[in-house]
Amino acid sequence: MTEAAASAAPDIHGGTMRFPAAKALRLDSGARLAPLEIAYNTYGRLNADRSNAVLVCHALTGDQHLASVHPTTGKPGWWSRMVGPGKPLDPERHFIICSNVIGGCMGSTGPASIDPKTGQPYGLSFPVITIADMVRAQAMLVEALGVETLFAVIGGSMGGMQVLQWAADYPEKLFSAICIAGAPRHSAQNIAFHEVGRQAIMADPDWRGGGYERAGVRPEKGLAVARMAAHITYLSEAALQRKFGRELQRDGLSWGFDADFQVESYLRHQGASFVDRFDANSYLYITRAMDYFDLAAKHGGALTEAFAKARRVRFCVLSFSSDWLYPTAESREVVRALNAAGCRASFAEIESDKGHDAFLLDEPQLDATLRGFLGAQAQARGLA
Amino acid sequence: MTLREDFREILRLVRPGARVLDVGCGEGELLELLTREKRVDGQGLEISQAGVAACLAKGLAVVQGDGDRDLDYFPTQSFDYAVLSKTLQQMREPAHVLAELLRIADQAVVSLPNFGHWRMRWALVTTGRMPETRALPDPWWSTPNIHLCTLRDFTELCRELDLRIDACSALSNGKPARPIDPEHPLENWRSETALFLLSRRNAAPRAPAPVDLFGEAAPGPAEAPKRRRTSKA
Repeated sequence: MTEAAASAAPDIHGGTMRFPAAKALRLDSGARLAPLEIAYNTYGRLNADRSNAVLVCHALTGDQHLASVHPTTGKPGWWSRMVGPGKPLDPERHFIICSNVIGGCMGSTGPASIDPKTGQPYGLSFPVITIADMVRAQAMLVEALGVETLFAVIGGSMGGMQVLQWAADYPEKLFSAICIAGAPRHSAQNIAFHEVGRQAIMADPDWRGGGYERAGVRPEKGLAVARMAAHITYLSEAALQRKFGRELQRDGLSWGFDADFQVESYLRHQGASFVDRFDANSYLYITRAMDYFDLAAKHGGALTEAFAKARRVRFCVLSFSSDWLYPTAESREVVRALNAAGCRASFAEIESDKGHDAFLLDEPQLDATLRGFLGAQAQARGLA
Repeated sequence: MTLREDFREILRLVRPGARVLDVGCGEGELLELLTREKRVDGQGLEISQAGVAACLAKGLAVVQGDGDRDLDYFPTQSFDYAVLSKTLQQMREPAHVLAELLRIADQAVVSLPNFGHWRMRWALVTTGRMPETRALPDPWWSTPNIHLCTLRDFTELCRELDLRIDACSALSNGKPARPIDPEHPLENWRSETALFLLSRRNAAPRAPAPVDLFGEAAPGPAEAPKRRRTSKA
């Protein structure tokens, strides 16, 4: 599928960047990850000035297949609606990079990768990673691709957290930064939902203490339940109600525990299709990374300090009115810290009833906002 | 394109390349004008989503927020100018907002309708009802203007907040701006809208002095710094 897409659009390239053992990834935990592999896709071409590179950071269950057909599901890339000719991210103007986060399961080094020490999959011996570790790996990739400064770094949800981390750790490499439906830290509620998901996975007998690959099984039931619980948090109550209400799957109740309601059937489908494309241990590691995320904590508890060196970066922070997972108040806190740090920031709360997932869905105002912001930045950068 | 009269004055006033915060920037017309004509580094603050969306589409830096609450989060003296165009009277806490503008910026450009204008007084005296004039056309029950004041009220508030009036001009429908002494009783009768250039009383006068722009300077004696919130607006 990928080859077909690539031949139709020659500017789409996919690959894996392999870093030798000498170039280990230093992790926040103190551990080192080597050899390091980063799976990535690029769209468009780097211009002569090397000034048009855009890094897109994916969310918890996203991957590098930003706008190309997913090799497992055969579905269009997760942000196809935002990336393409004439779209806000345009391969004809931008060199767009999207990589699978470390800890992921789409080709970047993660718990399913082979541990060079044992010759077996890492499983739970994979080191715990953080959002900052993901960003450090991305910085290595970006450098290896010959890009010194990014015209923009952009991401939603966990991708938005990476954007904020980029601004804190590599402000000199950024021209602009767009954080959508993000947060400066994981709240107790965020951690709580993740813990439910992890417990569901670990309660599956096929999880085998994380060693399921060696046993040739997969904790599909646990991972599916984790996805079902999480999926509810990505939608608003209004969106669920509008989509399903109390509609039944067939005439009448079953008077049993089949999926009587359409919403049940929908969630079961979400869970069942998720396990085909995602690894249970990756889910544990990435949710953990999100839970550990607290940008202010690393800067003496002051979020403003995290952005102290990012005064030259142009920020755009966006939230959605019905997002209760990473609510507007969290984005507003980021914006206030940016203002207090003297950064140039734009912020808008986009009216939507689609909940957290609105950033992936058809939200014309999101498109218009990104188009306006990126257009203005392109002009300032001399790209327009 | 016909410019709003206060925009024309602000455009004349602002130094090229200055950092400008426009509080209540609406759809960003003024910021766009200042960016185009004076290459300012502009930042807007706007409460309405439609306004913010329009600003972003124009490529302006804008934060969706409330001037009554969100000014507190801007760092001290981070802008050269803070502009509050015909919005002060819509704020819940005008005195606080005014004090914040001059904490954030070296100078504030504030325009406001004068409730002491003869049309207001005449309408009130003759009809016994809340005036509805060309400067304030809304009926009392739907007006966004919840804190109206006269020129005299405003200059007194400036004094209480230790603000110096560097310059003031009267604006009136379609006519050229007219430099005025806002404390002159006659001006409180005949100025329909007034535009003030304010700075902190303890701050040194800026160069170039606004003399050549407004035709007069209003130097105030330096006093000990004092900032407090006043409950009387």
